[in-house]
Amino acid sequence: MAFKIIASQCTNCTACEAECPNLAISEKDGTFVIDPAKCTECIGHFGSPQCEAVCPVDNTCVIDPNYPRYQAAAE
Amino acid sequence: MDTPVQHEDTYVERLVDMDAVMQQVAEHKGCGTEGGNSKPSCGSSAGQGDMPTEIWEKVKNHPCYSEEAHHHYARMHVAVAPACNIQCNYCNRKYDCANESRPGVVSERLTPEQAAKKVVAVASTIPQMTVLGIAGPGDPLANPEKTFKTFELISKMAPDIKLCLSTNGLTLPDHVDTIARYNVDHVTITINMVDPEIGAQIYPWVFYKHKRYTGVEAARILTDRQLQGLEMLTERGILCKINSVMIPGINDQHLVEVNRAVKSRGAFLHNIMPLISAPEHGTVFGLNGQRGPSAQELKALQDSCEGEMNMMRHCRQCRADAVGLLGEDRSAEFTTDKIMEMEVDYDLDTRKAYQAQVELERQAKVAAKQEELKELAGSASDIKLLVAVATKGSGLINEHFGHAKEFQVYELSTDGAKFVGHRRVDLYCQGGFGDEDSLQTVIRAINDCHAVFVAKIGGCPKSDLQEAGIDPVDRYAHEYIEKSAIAWFKDYLEKVRSGEIEHTVRGDADIRQGALISVA
Repeated sequence: MAFKIIASQCTNCTACEAECPNLAISEKDGTFVIDPAKCTECIGHFGSPQCEAVCPVDNTCVIDPNYPRYQAAAE
Repeated sequence: MDTPVQHEDTYVERLVDMDAVMQQVAEHKGCGTEGGNSKPSCGSSAGQGDMPTEIWEKVKNHPCYSEEAHHHYARMHVAVAPACNIQCNYCNRKYDCANESRPGVVSERLTPEQAAKKVVAVASTIPQMTVLGIAGPGDPLANPEKTFKTFELISKMAPDIKLCLSTNGLTLPDHVDTIARYNVDHVTITINMVDPEIGAQIYPWVFYKHKRYTGVEAARILTDRQLQGLEMLTERGILCKINSVMIPGINDQHLVEVNRAVKSRGAFLHNIMPLISAPEHGTVFGLNGQRGPSAQELKALQDSCEGEMNMMRHCRQCRADAVGLLGEDRSAEFTTDKIMEMEVDYDLDTRKAYQAQVELERQAKVAAKQEELKELAGSASDIKLLVAVATKGSGLINEHFGHAKEFQVYELSTDGAKFVGHRRVDLYCQGGFGDEDSLQTVIRAINDCHAVFVAKIGGCPKSDLQEAGIDPVDRYAHEYIEKSAIAWFKDYLEKVRSGEIEHTVRGDADIRQGALISVA
């Protein structure tokens, strides 16, 4: 249920950290990481995942296949 | 212009190519750690002239806004703004390398507190440092909290330093009031187009209001916001410089239209810069073979816009963490580790005393030029030619040929000497041994010049220059540039008239696409 950041491609530009509506992104050991427990893939917030949309390097903020896709809570 | 249908076809083809290129950009590792978005930064020509006094007061000591000031005053950039909200095809965020000096590149990211300490440390070491700019490495206004916090701290600690910023303009209209509140009196906007169809070839996307826009739609949003921001700034009396990157075959012709659009909205100065593009930069343009302009192409475009407004020709396209006079980079002396160890006492009086001395030097230089110009007044000639000058600053011919990292270029005519640009060259001489290949690089960089003025030059390069048709002139060592150039030109005209020499037209020259190697 989450996005992840491909560390080897990350430029540490901080753009994603500021855009994340869940405060799920932080700097850790010189690179940025997404806390999968907090990530909602921006569902319910925005039309598209913000980290992916603002990231300057294509295919760097991507779906983490180790987690099932995020499901919004039933109304 | 193509018909709409044909245009669409070419556009689709371009997108296909772009995908392959974008993947290469993603995979490109650069040769360092951090990167940044391209944010070109940093004038007007000579003295006050007919400029209103309140504007002259703002620009006279600003090396980026006044060509004359850039010989005497220094600037620094602090890299507090890493995030960006647009992608440019001449930028790769990953690239940083010790041998690289171009916009958007930095070695270290600073917090606002570190940045303020750095500014005070540099200002205490370099009393001619009068300007602090935030130019990235991303976009200052995509990092508004960090940018404005930095301005707030600096205005308290070093109140005499002018503040400026350089932005792509996407979020500019949202921040104009804050910019005015922090007394930022110079803003540079990078505007490469006013036609979204052209913009789509330069910007693959923009991130605006939580959404990524691509293609013509992205470029339309960007141009609307840029022009709106420009209007809002000039309404408030904030001086605006427009930077444009000249990309041959994409926006070179169009920049004349950009020039008209920004002039009509009150821009003070237009700075047309050559595209920096090489495969090793890992940018889209570097990888798809997009070339930069030649020296003649750049000058022709700048000349054609000059009737419209002030053109800046002394921009060094410096890094987002540059320190020193334009054309030098002393950033390696002020790394975070070194700054944090420095005990700094900000002494405003010492700075003022030093700057008063600089003012005396400036006045002496202008007086010397005026005197020599009077001598030239009697001669009439259509001859216009370029000369290169090796200088370390202060408006003097005070650099050895072999030590020059760049040459300043002046256009000489019976109107006098006019600064028209500069050429970067690799260090030709390292440790006293001249290198043949480097000498050829220097000759190619100043191949459009009739003479090169130096403080000193060795025997070998002297004869090679003469062979290439460039007169090596060392008899004005440590004298004023303009006065000496005018005196040499008077002599030249005399020799042409007497038939001793024949005036010939020189060829084109290269603009170097790489490193200004800083020697720490």
